[in-house]
Amino acid sequence: MTNWFEKILPSFLKKDQKKKSSIPLGLWKNCNSCNSILYVPELEANSFVCTKCDHHIRIGARTRLEMFLDPENKEEISSNKSGYDWLKFKDTKRYKTRLSEAETTSGEKEAIVVIKGSLLKLPVVAAAFEFRFMGGSMGSMVGQKFVEAVEYSLKNRLPFICFSTSGGARMQESLVSLYQMARTSAFIEKMSKAKLPYISVMIDPIYGGVAASIAMLGDINIAEPKALVGFTGPRVIEQTLNVSLPEGFQKSEFLLEHGAIDMIIHRKELRPTIHRLLTKFEYS
Amino acid sequence: MEDYLEFEKSIAALEKKIIDLESSEKFSEDKISSEVDKLNDSVVKLTKKIYSNLSPWQCVQVARHPLRPHFLDYVEKICDDFDELHGDRHFGDDRALLGGVASIDGINCVLIGHEKGRTTEEKIYHNFGMSQPEGYRKAGRLMKLAEKFNLPIVSLVDTPGAYPGIDSEERGQSEAIARNLSLMSSLEVPILVNIVGEGGSGGALAIAVGDHISMMEFATYSVASPEACASIVWRDSSKAELAAEAMQLNSNNILKLKLIDEVLEEPLGGAHRSPDQAALILKRSILKNLDKLQSYSSDDLLERRYKRLSGFGAI
Repeated sequence: MTNWFEKILPSFLKKDQKKKSSIPLGLWKNCNSCNSILYVPELEANSFVCTKCDHHIRIGARTRLEMFLDPENKEEISSNKSGYDWLKFKDTKRYKTRLSEAETTSGEKEAIVVIKGSLLKLPVVAAAFEFRFMGGSMGSMVGQKFVEAVEYSLKNRLPFICFSTSGGARMQESLVSLYQMARTSAFIEKMSKAKLPYISVMIDPIYGGVAASIAMLGDINIAEPKALVGFTGPRVIEQTLNVSLPEGFQKSEFLLEHGAIDMIIHRKELRPTIHRLLTKFEYS
Repeated sequence: MEDYLEFEKSIAALEKKIIDLESSEKFSEDKISSEVDKLNDSVVKLTKKIYSNLSPWQCVQVARHPLRPHFLDYVEKICDDFDELHGDRHFGDDRALLGGVASIDGINCVLIGHEKGRTTEEKIYHNFGMSQPEGYRKAGRLMKLAEKFNLPIVSLVDTPGAYPGIDSEERGQSEAIARNLSLMSSLEVPILVNIVGEGGSGGALAIAVGDHISMMEFATYSVASPEACASIVWRDSSKAELAAEAMQLNSNNILKLKLIDEVLEEPLGGAHRSPDQAALILKRSILKNLDKLQSYSSDDLLERRYKRLSGFGAI
C-alpha cells in the first residue's frame, strides 16, 4: 500500500520528515495541480494552498492540527500505540512490516492524531487522519483512538472536530477493521445523544469504511474544495459498470449539489467558520 | 443432479456410481441395495471429512452456492406469516434488501435481509443482493418502526457488498450505511443478526450491528470481498483465494476472534443440501436468542450493546 500513496504524495512530502516539522526539505516545490514553482515559506504561510491556482495541497495530520488549533495549550490525547496484527496478516509483505514502514514514512504510530486544544479560545478536541500512514486506513487502533477522543469530549463536554482523509477500512485487520465503522459510529451517536457538536471535515480523499462512518455523520459536514469523497472508488465503478464517469464525480462540489454536505470551505476559512458555528450552538 | 463444487468432485463421483448402480441390470436387486447402502455410507463419510475441514476459499464457494437458501427461502420456511413492507419513503423500493413484519413461532418481529435471487431473472431483479442507499434507508425505517412498536429485529445478512454505482453515489451510499450504524447502536429493542451467506463489507455491516451475532457455519464475513481485497492489497483480483485465507473470513476463525457470538452448524454438506434443516437450525437459534434478549430492560440492552461495540478491536 505504501507505493501507491507515495505516488500521489506531493514530492516535497516524500522525503523523510522529522516529527512535528512542518517545513519540508528544500525551499521550492511544484504545485501538483498547476505545476507552478512555489516558495515553501510562502506556501506554508498560505496554509499549503497553492498561491497560483488555489489547489489545496495534501498535508500531514500534525501540520493540519497545528494550523487549525490555537498555538497555546495543545496536548495530544489518546493511545500512542500502533495497530494490532490480529490475523498475522501477510500479503506481499507482513502487516507488521507495513506498520513499521508506515511509521517511518509518516513519523506517526497510527493513521490518526488526536489533540485537545482551543480554536480561537474555544476549547475543543480535534482529530486528523494521517494519509501517509497506510493511506489513512482505519484498523482497530484508529477506531480506538477515535473512541478515546469522543470519550474525552463527552467527559469534558467539548465539541469534537475530525478531519478525515482515508482509503477506508484497513484490509490487514479484515473484520476487526470493518467493526471499527460500527464502533466509531456508536460513539458519534453517543455524542449526539449528549447534545455535543461533532463536526466532520472531509479532506481529499475519503473512501469506503471511513466515508461510511466517521466522515458522513457530522452534525455539520464540511469539505475542502475539490476533495474526492465516496463509498466506492471511481476506478471500481468504471470497471464494474464499464462506463465513463461524469465530470467532477464524487468531488466536494458534486457532494454539495447532491445534498451530502453542508458546505465547501476553503482551508484558510476553516478556523473562523467552525468557530462561528460552534459559538452559536448551546452545549456546555 | 445437484451443482457440485470443485472440491466436491470425489463426492460427485461416488454419487454417480450410486445412480449408475441403481439403474444397472447386471446384478441382483439384493446385491445392488447392499452396494448402494455401502456407497451411501461412504458418501456420508467423505462429505463429513471434506466439510469438516473447508478452507476459507472453499467456504466462499459454499456461501455463494447457487442452491444455498436465501432470505426469501428462510422467510417461507421459518415464518408463520410475513407482510413485506416496501420503500424508503424518499426515492424508491430497493429489491436487494427486503423487510417486513413477521411472526416466527408466535413471536412477532421485524425481519430484514438481503435477497440475491436464484434464477438469472431473479438475480437481476434483486440486483445480486447488492443494495443501493434506498435499501439501507428502508431497513433503517423498518428498524425505527420496530422500536416504536416494541418489536425485536431479526436481520439476515447475505450480500457481496453495497452496489458500486454512479446513482448509488449520487444518492449518498456512504451516508445511508453510516446512518444505519449509528441508528442500530441506539435502538431500544433487541437486534438479532445472522450472517446466512456472504457478509460482504459495509453493505453487510449496515444491517449487522446487534446484540447477538451468529453465523451459519459456512457463511463468510469480511471487510471486503476476497476479489476486492486481492485487488487492493495484491493489486491482482485473481489472488482472491490468498485474500480469503489472509482475511480468515470463515465462521470458526471469526468466532475465535470473538467478533461473533455463535456458529450454527449446517446440515451435512452445507445448507444447500438440506434447506429445510438449515431453516430449522436458524429458527431454533432465533427463538432461543430472542427469548434471552427480551429479558433485558431497554437500558440494560443499550448498555450491553455499547460495551460490546466499544470492545470490538479494543487493545
